[in-house]
Amino acid sequence: MTAIGKKRRSTFSILGQLAILVFGVAAPFLFPAYTFQIAMLWIMILFALTWDIMGGQMGYNSLGNILFFGAGMYISAVVQIAIVYDVAEYTAAFGAIKIDFTTAQYFTGFALGVIMAGLGCAIFAAIFGSMVFGLRGPYFAIGTLGVALAAGELVGGWDYVGGGSGISMPVYPGDVQPRALFFYFLCFISAIATFMFLKWVYSGRFKTTINAIRDDEEKAEAMGIHTTRYKVVAWGIAAFFLGISGAIFGNMIGFIEPLEVAFPTITLGIFMVVMSLLGGKGTLWGPVLGATLFHLFKEVTWIYLLGWQWVALGTLIIVNVVFFQQGILGWAQDKWPEWFGIVVDEKMSAEQETAREAAQ
Amino acid sequence: MWDNISLLIIAPLLNVQLLLDGVLIGAIFALAAYGLALVWGVTNVKNLAQGDLVIMGGYIAYVFTTLGIHPILALPVAMVLMFGFGWLIYRLIISHVIERDLFTSLLATFGLALVIQQLLNLIFGPDVQIAESGFDILFLFGGQVTLAEIKLVALVLAGVLAAMIVFFMKTSRMGQAIRATAQNARAAKIMGINTDRVYAFTFAMNAAICGAAGVLISMIWVIQPFFGTSYSIRSFVIVTAAGLGNLPGVIVAGLGLGAAEQFSGFVLGAEFQQATVVGLLVLVLIIRQLQMRRQRRVVS
Amino acid sequence: MTSMIEVSGVSKRFGGVVANNQISLSVPSGRITGLIGPNGSGKTTLFNSIVGFHPIDEGSITFEGKEISKLRVPQIARLGLLRTFQQTRIYGKMNCMDNMMISVPQRRMPLSRMFVKFSAEMLERAEAILEFVGLYQKRYLPAGSLSFGQQKLLEFAMALINEPKILLLDEPTAGINPTLINGLIDRLRRANEEFGITLFVIEHNMRVIMNLADNIYCLAHGEMLAHGNPGDIQNDKRVIDAYLGAH
Repeated sequence: MTAIGKKRRSTFSILGQLAILVFGVAAPFLFPAYTFQIAMLWIMILFALTWDIMGGQMGYNSLGNILFFGAGMYISAVVQIAIVYDVAEYTAAFGAIKIDFTTAQYFTGFALGVIMAGLGCAIFAAIFGSMVFGLRGPYFAIGTLGVALAAGELVGGWDYVGGGSGISMPVYPGDVQPRALFFYFLCFISAIATFMFLKWVYSGRFKTTINAIRDDEEKAEAMGIHTTRYKVVAWGIAAFFLGISGAIFGNMIGFIEPLEVAFPTITLGIFMVVMSLLGGKGTLWGPVLGATLFHLFKEVTWIYLLGWQWVALGTLIIVNVVFFQQGILGWAQDKWPEWFGIVVDEKMSAEQETAREAAQ
Repeated sequence: MWDNISLLIIAPLLNVQLLLDGVLIGAIFALAAYGLALVWGVTNVKNLAQGDLVIMGGYIAYVFTTLGIHPILALPVAMVLMFGFGWLIYRLIISHVIERDLFTSLLATFGLALVIQQLLNLIFGPDVQIAESGFDILFLFGGQVTLAEIKLVALVLAGVLAAMIVFFMKTSRMGQAIRATAQNARAAKIMGINTDRVYAFTFAMNAAICGAAGVLISMIWVIQPFFGTSYSIRSFVIVTAAGLGNLPGVIVAGLGLGAAEQFSGFVLGAEFQQATVVGLLVLVLIIRQLQMRRQRRVVS
Repeated sequence: MTSMIEVSGVSKRFGGVVANNQISLSVPSGRITGLIGPNGSGKTTLFNSIVGFHPIDEGSITFEGKEISKLRVPQIARLGLLRTFQQTRIYGKMNCMDNMMISVPQRRMPLSRMFVKFSAEMLERAEAILEFVGLYQKRYLPAGSLSFGQQKLLEFAMALINEPKILLLDEPTAGINPTLINGLIDRLRRANEEFGITLFVIEHNMRVIMNLADNIYCLAHGEMLAHGNPGDIQNDKRVIDAYLGAH
């Protein structure tokens, strides 16, 4: 990357990260009434960041990434229950069975569930990816949308995991207040972990290669790049973090069911796309910015618009996509390109210098 | 599931019943899918609000019945109203996304779908509605197969409508302009065709077709503000399987999809009906990928 | 003289149109081979067949003795057979350095190297090659903002850093300012001599190809018309007729 403009950008970046850390740690104590909403903000940021790996950086616009969120939720639920009880019996009772998990059982089950959710979703993404990565453009978008829609229905018809009536999650062994803080900080940490991981991943070959796939996949293939391998890994990363967030969210909510909680394809599934676009897709900070603004907008409209909030949200999507698709950061880059290191380097190379000196 | 399959073998007339229901509803799917293919081919916009335009048409028929007017009379009215609505949507949204990449059009029309669904929900509420047509039910094969007369009427109306559209596209000045623009928009523009008007007309005509399909759907099935998405997906399945600009293909795929849904709904249970549609979509896409791979190419 | 690419009896039809009919040729290792022919004679089709862009109807194509006519584009590219496009293709939104870094060969790269940062010597090498093609000062500009000729040079630089064994160039001088053509010929020849890359060049500009190539194949109407050194080709009556439209 360029030295020019980099210093200023990294100053901003460090300040931004510090501000987020301070806010994240202090928020549940400063605004205890909004702990859940702020926890949701971190999940939204994670959504936008993970969508952007494929959609923004690689140009593969998936409309079905919510699939991994729901899959992670269900994987963790099954794992958590299975370590102490028979899953089919538990779900068949529709929450009538209350099993007392000991504290140790709960936390081992939870930790195992989260890890399995992440890994399971990553593997799932690799398998699923091999089915859809021959699709481009609209077919990829529609195909992934269709699969996510179908997932909700299929899980709804699968009695082993409780079908349409869902699963009551194991109960947290503790009071309401510590429980809220526990899940809040898990959401916070998972979002920060996603951000830091992507920051690292975006600093080298991986980012330039997936950008190349976005700009001209045919050319990338003609240059001998292992495009399929990169696509699978990119989706695997997104699925891993989405799976973990699903596992955390399911436990935070305490009750999961397929259509509204686990696979809300046309709400949360599309929000993740819109949030990335709003902030500026294909950048690291864009999704963070977009998710924050979108979440604020959503919460405010939910309070003040009484029934019209969805219409307002749909209008926001249309306006965003049609008139402001470059997003906030994209717009800033057009306006102040030198901030982003797009300049002619007036310095001459050593070779040219010597050539000129020789000529003189 | 196996019980249901064996039931189909024991009682062959059940197959007739399912096939009949499927084909009759499939004809209307084909109508909406033809509209999608038309817009896709001419403007390159992939309209995810297609199904919501259908449902809007259905609510126009529903309003007619609440006023005590027969819903069939809503057909021309819905077409005119939806034509105007389509034109408006073109001016407001579609005209801005037409030159842009496909994802823009997908997301913009998705936003539109969300707005339409929510407005319908605010106006009519989330209940399932039907536009009662008051026709009788026919009993075939000694009463073992039932057939609502309105379904036959709907089939005939859908056929007449399709014939009218084909006639229009073949003979009228605007129809020719649309076909020319679909083939090569730049050349059409250079030859003096006002492509912007062609696009607007195409999208408006698509909305009118959807409106008509919606009126028919509301009479033979049910409508609900959030049912639109499944019609959009159905239209995409049909167009993907048939390809653009292939009217016979669209009809065959539409009828086939209708029948497939009925059979899977019977065998697997009604809750899997939409999953079947999507499963077919994924299947079609995978087959297309394999075909393309043999050509050393991808589906795009 | 070993041959690097061996094309024998390759035919390609598009519907009823025969684009290539029973074409056979061989590209010798370490040399510069030319491919000429009037518009529509099937030159680019033959290139596309070699690099795996579309399936061929019959015949065989070998690269260093290995049959490649069934392989797909990235697999062939990883063997060390690279092409540039007639309509130049670069990654327009990224700057020139990033374009270069993407093109660093990934042939035997293990999976774990996917996430590494670029090493200082790789960056230096990219800068040196950009210097070689004359784009050093513009290395941080988005590639899409370069002029057409500069984009061609960038595409050429990207091919060089990929360290191919052979490079197929589709009309390298088309659309380039005539005053810059001599410089380009010089660079192509240096790439051949200094980097040791075999070149196989489609070219319309007769002056360029006669200067550059050691031996030349001429296609017309999808058939192989003539083969020889530049002097023979220039005086071949069939070649002259093909270009002037006589039959």
